[in-house]
Amino acid sequence: MRSARKTILMILAVAAASAVVGPFLSTYYVGLLAQALIFAIFAMGLDILVGYAGLPSLGHSAFFGSSAYVAGLFTLHVTNNFWLTALAGVAAALLIGALFGFLTIRTSGSSFLMITLALSQVLWGVAFKWRSVTGGEDGLSGIRRPELGIPWDLTSAHSYFYLVLAIFLLAGVGMALFVRSPVGLALQGIRESESRMQALGYHVWTFKYLAYVFASGMAGVAGVLYVYFNNFVSPNYLGVAFSAQALLMVILGGAGNLVGAIFGSGIIVILQHVISDFTERWMLIIGVIYVVVVLFFPKGLLGATRRRRSPAAVTSVTASEEAAE
Amino acid sequence: MKALEVENVVKDFGHLRSLAGVSMKVDQGERRVILGPNGAGKTTLFHTIRGVHIVTEGTVRLFGQDVTRLPAHRRVKLGLGGTFQITNLFPELTVFETLFLGAQALERGCFAFFRPAGWSRKAVSRVRELIDEWDLAPVQDAFTKELSYGQQRQLEVILAMTGKPRLLLLDEPTAGLSPAETASMTRFLSGLSRDMTILLIEHDMDVAFEVADQVTVLYFGEVLAEGTCAEVQRDGRVRDIYLGQQV
Repeated sequence: MRSARKTILMILAVAAASAVVGPFLSTYYVGLLAQALIFAIFAMGLDILVGYAGLPSLGHSAFFGSSAYVAGLFTLHVTNNFWLTALAGVAAALLIGALFGFLTIRTSGSSFLMITLALSQVLWGVAFKWRSVTGGEDGLSGIRRPELGIPWDLTSAHSYFYLVLAIFLLAGVGMALFVRSPVGLALQGIRESESRMQALGYHVWTFKYLAYVFASGMAGVAGVLYVYFNNFVSPNYLGVAFSAQALLMVILGGAGNLVGAIFGSGIIVILQHVISDFTERWMLIIGVIYVVVVLFFPKGLLGATRRRRSPAAVTSVTASEEAAE
Repeated sequence: MKALEVENVVKDFGHLRSLAGVSMKVDQGERRVILGPNGAGKTTLFHTIRGVHIVTEGTVRLFGQDVTRLPAHRRVKLGLGGTFQITNLFPELTVFETLFLGAQALERGCFAFFRPAGWSRKAVSRVRELIDEWDLAPVQDAFTKELSYGQQRQLEVILAMTGKPRLLLLDEPTAGLSPAETASMTRFLSGLSRDMTILLIEHDMDVAFEVADQVTVLYFGEVLAEGTCAEVQRDGRVRDIYLGQQV
């Protein structure tokens, strides 16, 4: 049985490294790091769907964006307390996830891909058209950094980075435990063979639904952090480009590998900023990277790190085969 | 009480009648082999017993309980286990993980989110038991996809037994096996505990007659003949439609 220890250690290492270098980085670079960590939470949540449950979603921005909008609206109109706005945002993501789940979990494969895309586009449309509430195409601006209720001011880039880091750590460890829990193992079984799991007595639908709602919540956490990071929310947060980007992070690092999703997020965020210095068409470059990864690293950059069978085990398999004959 | 009672089961797929009123009763502890040419409805019959397909007409009872409308996963909880015609395992999971999934399926806490998957001592000890019983220790950490085909077929039967089923449905366990592997599988099946009732679809006559107490022959969705191996072998109609082709 694979344990969560290795993944948790890697997440701790990433968090520790970020905490150490954080104070030495300029405002710009610490922002970049914070952004990478926010997207890492988003991508890890998506990886639970794609890599563990085998449900490739192209609409995960639906939960990221709706959580961002709700948190933003709460900040503008209701309260500036981070915990309350975050709770509202994540609750919105979970609620929408629970609702969409009824429609999406019936399908799988490319139909799942299409229906998740379609539903996220519906939300995008709502955000785009419902001017009076969402600000339409202009989005909502002037969303101030919230209050934590403790003497820790979030206005500077560095102080906000540490909040992101702490939440990244909590969410990352939570997800690492989740994928190695009984539910996590069952999801991997479902990914490998649904009919077999059913024959073993699992109610497959419930497990997939749980994974879907859980991943929605994680996207919600990332959405809340991102809206305060940018002090802004726009329909783009709900758009297909955001979903595709998160999916690319997962594939880049290797689906079914949470640490891979963190690295995927880091690579994409860095590339995006490096490339956008030279050209506005960074999406084009990202597309090329996607093709290269799929062609040459189908299991992702970290895909090769999955435990290989030791030579001793190989010999004993052969030996027991011979013994059987 | 019978382990399985199937009464006048009809299953239509659109205009195709796959089962046209099949009835059979299987005693507890019995080994029953289902014979029949391709398209006779053997696998469909299995699927209606499993709950993969819901019958169009008729009744299915497991250990006296009417399960006709019960979904598949609930029937498992009544003591139903089985394997598939085509190998159906978890290629990217290890042998230990595979068996653990089987063992945890019927435990209460399998919906737990944040405890490690080795949480259930009962499930772990069940897996250890099976590993010892069937000498799987050398391969327990190998990925299922790394096993030989024969080992995979055997693992399927062992996996089906993790939940200690009372009725085991085996759909052509020897399909695609070499003669040596088939002989080993036959010994394996013959050695299984009589606490379990076994329903077996089998094309290999040597395996079928070695394992079976009773044989049911299906032909175009109907029961053509039923009886002991000797009775079925003597039946002229069976010879014509099925055995005749083999000899």
